[in-house]
Amino acid sequence: MPDPSRIRANVVGDSTEVKVLMNHEMETGQRKDAQGKVIPAWFIQDVTATWNGKTVLSAQWGPAVAKNPFLSFKFKGGAKGDKVIITWVDNRGEKRTDEATIA
Amino acid sequence: MNLQRRKALRTGGGVTLLTLVAAAGWLRAEDARAADWNKAAFETNSMDATVKALGGSAPSQSKDIAFFQTPDIAENGAVVPIGVTSNIPKTESIAILVEKNPNMLAAVFDVPAGTDPSLSTRIKMGQSSNVYALVKADGKYYVASKEIKVTLGGCGG
Repeated sequence: MPDPSRIRANVVGDSTEVKVLMNHEMETGQRKDAQGKVIPAWFIQDVTATWNGKTVLSAQWGPAVAKNPFLSFKFKGGAKGDKVIITWVDNRGEKRTDEATIA
Repeated sequence: MNLQRRKALRTGGGVTLLTLVAAAGWLRAEDARAADWNKAAFETNSMDATVKALGGSAPSQSKDIAFFQTPDIAENGAVVPIGVTSNIPKTESIAILVEKNPNMLAAVFDVPAGTDPSLSTRIKMGQSSNVYALVKADGKYYVASKEIKVTLGGCGG
C-alpha cells in the first residue's frame, strides 16, 4: 500500500484552498541503475479531487512531474468540516485515496 | 514502456498460479486506465503534436496567462515549482509543457467551473528550457512561455 498523501484544505474568503503532497517515486523511465539497466517508469497518471461528490480538479500527469508531487489549487465554496478527497492512480494500477477536513 | 513491462511479465519465468492471477488483475487495471490517460499526448515532443494529441489546433500567444512562484533559475531540475494562472474567461484546462524534456507534456489539469484557473505544482526539467503553459478556454488554445535555467538536471544520471 502506498504511503498516504498529506492534504491541507483551508477556507480562504469564499473559496477553499487545497494543498496536497503525495508520496510517490515518480520514476521517469529515463534513468539507469548501477548496472546500466533502465529503471522502468513508475508515475502517477491520474489525479482527482472531489468535494461533496463534485469533482473540483482532475489531472493527467506524465513522468515529468516531480517526485513526491505537490499540488495546490482553489475552488469556490467549501465550508469548515466538509471533506476534500484526493485520489490518484499510477501506471502500475496502484491507487490511493485520502481525505482531509476543511479547516 | 508498457509493452516492455508486459513482455517482462510474460517472460518472468517460474510463474506460480498466484502471480498469474495477480498479473491478470494488473493488466486489466491497466486496460481500464488506458482509456482515461491520454498516452499519445504524453509521448510527443513538439508543441503542435501535443496540442493535436489533446484535440486542439495551433495555440495563439496570450498575455492573459501568468506564471507565479516560478523561478528564473532553478538550482535543482528534479524539483521545479511551476504556478500558472489563466485570466482567460471559460478556462477549461491548463497544461504544462517543457520544451527540452524527452517528452514535452508534463501535466494536464482539467479545471471545472467553480475552480480557480490557477494552480501550482512541481515538475522535473532535464536542462534549461522554455516552459509553456497551454490553456484551453472556450474550445480554443492559448499559450504563454517562460524560460527557466536549470543548474542541475532532473533526468538521466
